[in-house]
Amino acid sequence: MKCLKCGQRACFEIRRHRAAFCQEHLIEHLRTQVERAIKKFKMFLPKDRILVAVSGGKDSLALWDILLDLGYDAEGLYIHLGIGSYSDKSCEMAEKFAALRGATLYTISLKEIFGEGMEYIARKSYKSFCSTCGLIKRYVMNLTAKLGNFDAVATGHNLDDESAALLGNVMHWQVGYLARQAPNMPERGGLARKVKPLCRLTEREMAAYCVVKGIEYILDECPMSEGASSLKYKEALNLLEASSPGTKDQFYLGFLERGQKFFKKVEEEIELKNCLKCGQPTTAEICSFCRQMERIGFDPLALKNAIQEKMSGIE
Amino acid sequence: MKVIIRRDSTVKEIEGSYTVEKVLKMLNILPETVLVIKDGRLITLDTKIEDDEEIEVIPVVSGG
Repeated sequence: MKCLKCGQRACFEIRRHRAAFCQEHLIEHLRTQVERAIKKFKMFLPKDRILVAVSGGKDSLALWDILLDLGYDAEGLYIHLGIGSYSDKSCEMAEKFAALRGATLYTISLKEIFGEGMEYIARKSYKSFCSTCGLIKRYVMNLTAKLGNFDAVATGHNLDDESAALLGNVMHWQVGYLARQAPNMPERGGLARKVKPLCRLTEREMAAYCVVKGIEYILDECPMSEGASSLKYKEALNLLEASSPGTKDQFYLGFLERGQKFFKKVEEEIELKNCLKCGQPTTAEICSFCRQMERIGFDPLALKNAIQEKMSGIE
Repeated sequence: MKVIIRRDSTVKEIEGSYTVEKVLKMLNILPETVLVIKDGRLITLDTKIEDDEEIEVIPVVSGG
């Protein structure tokens, strides 16, 4: 197989594009795809400050690397969830990458703030582990972006993540989510802009990018994600993709272009107000995060104070 | 040939020389879900692996 660009021996094929690339042109291709997504979905401008939510995995580290290579002012946020050795190892990967690139990384550790990690918090919660973890991560990301005056939070969600989420939303007819699922969620009512610049790229492509660029990432899966429904949806989509390359692309990008408008019509505008406790946006009097923390006897404001301290001095 | 499958470093021995595509099929692995590496470098599905060679299969699917 030859590289589409230079005719040299290819190292990686992208079947949905009927293309293959050598190392150099694979990097160029993936970078261009990210650049196109940023422009097409009007995610942010060259002068904007971006907070990259980094997990130590392939997607977020590749995203951070590409944004830095494209010249963006991109700083990282790592949330140390305290999930045993998995969190320690992933934190190490994020710190290593930041040091190698000379980039700024903010680390927020749940154990340092509350004395306990996600395992304890989730055990004491009425919700599933992943939904409690998601709630805390979204809260930290938003608060850090707001207190640090960032223009957008960028996450490493890729085409596989987005098409799997879309399939899940269709399977359960989550019309509200179908109306809102987007690679660019603009700032509103105290919520920071959230963007997904990898939405046109698969996780296989992101892993290939890391291998080619020599980016070390955590290969282990979060031990708590076993049996997650997103993995089942990904499996189904990968089976379809194997026999019909381009399925995921057509499903997700086609939905954004031609399908989503039908759900937008039924979307109800959700009114956001400020949480009486922490001031963060919520639909209730007290936000879910504060309710959750108070229920298990933690001071929810401890997290806000810790982030505020880290962000102090940032203009 | 020797096939090392990460994350748990399972080792499979396959006799003969085959393309990567064929090896993955024999192991019932969807090409979409992995990267294949030989001597530290990515290789394409049409690459032929000789009997005395070693490849590494890295899963790429993450969830949660």
